[in-house]
Amino acid sequence: MDTALAVAIGLLIVAAGAALLTWFVRSRLVLGTTEDQATYRVLHISSLATPPLRAGLEAGAERAARHLRDLLGTPALALTDGTSVLAWDGTGNDAHAQHAVSHAQSVVRDGSTVVLGPSSVACTDPECAVRHAITAALTTEDHVVGALTAYTGNRPSARLVRAVEEVARFVSGQLELAELDRSRAKLAEAEIRALRAQISPHFIYNSLGAIASYVRTDPEHARELLLEFADFTRYSFRRHGEFTTLAEELRSIERYLTLEQARFGGRLQVTLRVSPEVLPVAVPFLCLQPLVENAVRHGLEGRQGTGRITIVAEDAGNEASISIEDDGVGMEPERVLENLLGEGGDHVGLGNVDERLRSVFGDQHGLVVETAPGAGTRISLRVPKYAPGVHAT
Amino acid sequence: MSASTGLAAILLTALATILVGVVGVRAARTTSDFYVASRTVTPWWNASAIGGEYLSAASFLGVAGLVLAYGADMLWFPVGYTAGYLVLLVLVAAPLRRSGAYTLPDFAEARLESLAARRTASVLVVTIGWLYLLPQFQAAGLTVRTVTGAPQWVGPVLVAVVVLVGVLSGGMRSITFVQAFQYWLKLTALALPAIFIVLVWQSHGTPSITQDGPPVFAEPTVVDIATGVSVEVLQTIAVEAEGTVDGESVDGPVSLSPGSHTLARGTQITFPAGVQIPHADNLTPLAGEDWRLPLRSASDHPLYSTYSLILALFFGTMGLPHVLVRFYTNPDGRAARRTTVAVLGLLGVFYLLPTVYGALGRIYTPELLLTGRTDAVVLLLPGRLVDGMAGDALSALVTAGAFAAFLSTSSGLTISVAGVLSQDLIGHRVRNPVRAFRLGASLALIVPIALALLSPSLGIADVVGLAFAVAASSFCPMLLLGIWWRRLTDAGAIAGLVVGGGLSTLAVLGTIVWAPEQGWWGPLLAQPAAWSMPVAFLVMVLVSLATPRRMAPGVNQTMIRLHTPESVDLDRGTWDPEDRWRTRT
Repeated sequence: MDTALAVAIGLLIVAAGAALLTWFVRSRLVLGTTEDQATYRVLHISSLATPPLRAGLEAGAERAARHLRDLLGTPALALTDGTSVLAWDGTGNDAHAQHAVSHAQSVVRDGSTVVLGPSSVACTDPECAVRHAITAALTTEDHVVGALTAYTGNRPSARLVRAVEEVARFVSGQLELAELDRSRAKLAEAEIRALRAQISPHFIYNSLGAIASYVRTDPEHARELLLEFADFTRYSFRRHGEFTTLAEELRSIERYLTLEQARFGGRLQVTLRVSPEVLPVAVPFLCLQPLVENAVRHGLEGRQGTGRITIVAEDAGNEASISIEDDGVGMEPERVLENLLGEGGDHVGLGNVDERLRSVFGDQHGLVVETAPGAGTRISLRVPKYAPGVHAT
Repeated sequence: MSASTGLAAILLTALATILVGVVGVRAARTTSDFYVASRTVTPWWNASAIGGEYLSAASFLGVAGLVLAYGADMLWFPVGYTAGYLVLLVLVAAPLRRSGAYTLPDFAEARLESLAARRTASVLVVTIGWLYLLPQFQAAGLTVRTVTGAPQWVGPVLVAVVVLVGVLSGGMRSITFVQAFQYWLKLTALALPAIFIVLVWQSHGTPSITQDGPPVFAEPTVVDIATGVSVEVLQTIAVEAEGTVDGESVDGPVSLSPGSHTLARGTQITFPAGVQIPHADNLTPLAGEDWRLPLRSASDHPLYSTYSLILALFFGTMGLPHVLVRFYTNPDGRAARRTTVAVLGLLGVFYLLPTVYGALGRIYTPELLLTGRTDAVVLLLPGRLVDGMAGDALSALVTAGAFAAFLSTSSGLTISVAGVLSQDLIGHRVRNPVRAFRLGASLALIVPIALALLSPSLGIADVVGLAFAVAASSFCPMLLLGIWWRRLTDAGAIAGLVVGGGLSTLAVLGTIVWAPEQGWWGPLLAQPAAWSMPVAFLVMVLVSLATPRRMAPGVNQTMIRLHTPESVDLDRGTWDPEDRWRTRT
């Protein structure tokens, strides 16, 4: 046994050594000349600066400044938004940072690049490396939102001025993308509001109609249904939080189906299989409701006899796998695709749910729809048990 | 017990496990009259499931074996295994549940907002998982061989196949019910035979467990050597031997002089009554008063070893990957606390039993000291004390319980390790999540099986103790500081995880490969927690203080979320994917 162990460990060490050697040789051979490596370095640093900038100038300045200064190789760098200093990276923070706004003033006003000399930049300390400043404007959609100022000790060369301008342009590009992100998020928020409003009309008329039909024959049942209706609408119209637990969402669906059953009577049969392990999973608010509504519509409308809806939520390792199935008339796959892309008119819900799932959990977590005319429909989704920033509130 | 009864017990356990997994789902959950609230797992069920997943081979077999050989000091193992949940209850359970994290890497990411911290945690989860699986497989080999006489590799492979089939076919879907079932099976499997054993012991006139002087054979005993063993004889003894002793073929009376003797596989030795028992070279069993009293261990520095063990067990539980995932099933932090309290009770009851087996094994199965397989005491004792059908049935029951122990712990660990492997370490290579999970599950099993077959046979509870030590020196500081100290930064956490986890892992490897006997090195490497845990804490705190700018931007909001009961209505913030880059005032 001991020899076997020694041999195994020996083999491991040799394998590790070989791997290390291969990596070393390959990196030399493949990565190429110093010029190539400099290019890679620049690309790498700019890729590091990208994510913070995508959060917007104000939010990301602090984190991005370091990488931007790396890119330019100057002793200090400041990012300002015209009224205050957002970030100062490098030397001279205490003596110079408060003047950065004044250095950027004219740039913020007219958008052109400015080079300042020691007369307006330098401090009393003769050793200080902050003597000259190059300021370039940061713009989004043609208006100046801030300025990038690079500080040097010597008179800046034309090359450096050019470099500062290019970096400012790169930052501006990222800021524009950030703006785009923000408007997309706003759009999504508007859509969820629209969705909340959209659930209602038909459903409300039908439910109230169904409840009314019980008022004389079975007042107690009518009362229960009214309470269910109240709870359902309270949940659907709640204002706070973009996420909820699967348990809450299922509870709301339960109310919804009770009301639908009151309307359809014995024609609507529901089977539910839920693993208790997945009940605490956080899901986007109202992400199942439209799917169930869709299933009720396709399972029952346009046909005689009973329709069965099966809702399954199962534990699958790091994820919960959820599916909603009906045995109804099915859909044309092309129409489903249109709906998912948001082009179809009548099923805004499906596309909206798909988009929200993708934007929250990533593209691999969208809806999967299996259907054909006459073959029923099965919509499934996988929700990770944990995703950064997703909390049921 | 005959081999077929044992085999039947093992197969029955495997079958029952899969059946509960598959049928439990249908029976409990197919209904059209559904009411979600009634379906949340109650703390009681959840605690049973945690107990089922937690009580591994180390608890079921190892503790009794250690008590048999080393006596009172070893009681710290069951105490520590249980008390770990006390620490978990007071400091970790509720905040961790509120964090919404499913695994330890999830918590690292949620609290530190850093992908690098997540990766580091993932690597450590896999390390601890493998280290914990290793003794499970060794114990499976031991059990299957003790019961059926099959070769050593059959047990691990059998467990691995059942686990793999269960995990991959989705048979573990209703995992909470499967694991809860396993807890009650294990408890029954130990408690029922224990009652009979104690009754028989009383009918023998309650002979004293602690004789003065070294252990002797109370009556003439025939010992079959199943694997070759080297034994230490303390005084000259005359025995009847048939087989190979010290490389020579013998058949008849043999005199064993003091010193080391090798007994080849298949040898049969008959000891007369009253003869002092030779013990296996890799054991240094205690006798008489040393066995009865604490801190008399034959190794150097028993005081240090004991305290280090206590630290590792008390603080290691919170870092075990398969324990934390069960907490996710609790609906909120309060339920998480109540679950932990129930776990404390369930484990407390369970751990009374192995001690009984270990102590009575002193009288009735002393030959285990000779073969060195003290871990088998639980399996052998019922058959030794109760004759006939009843004895067979009780033996089958303990075998089933032992097998349930390997199955539940290994499947829980495999799922956790496979999840982390597939999500964080091989996920970007294999795009298909199902295939990645399968690959992860296979990797999670293959590596520890290879290790179990290659590495020398160590005490089951010892290796599990090492896994606890690694967890205590890596995840314990991260969890405690992460939950209770605002200023922990990702750099600090990563440094602490690497230093603490790395040092303790090295110590573990040193113990397994090198195993120094003399001086301070032995106890320092065999029980690293007492120094590696403080080092990890220190590194985390110092590096965090040195990198104040790397504090997670959302730390205040995270802290509010961790420490405020869910029922309190307050603004926990809305979701925003760019939040992690934003500084908050």
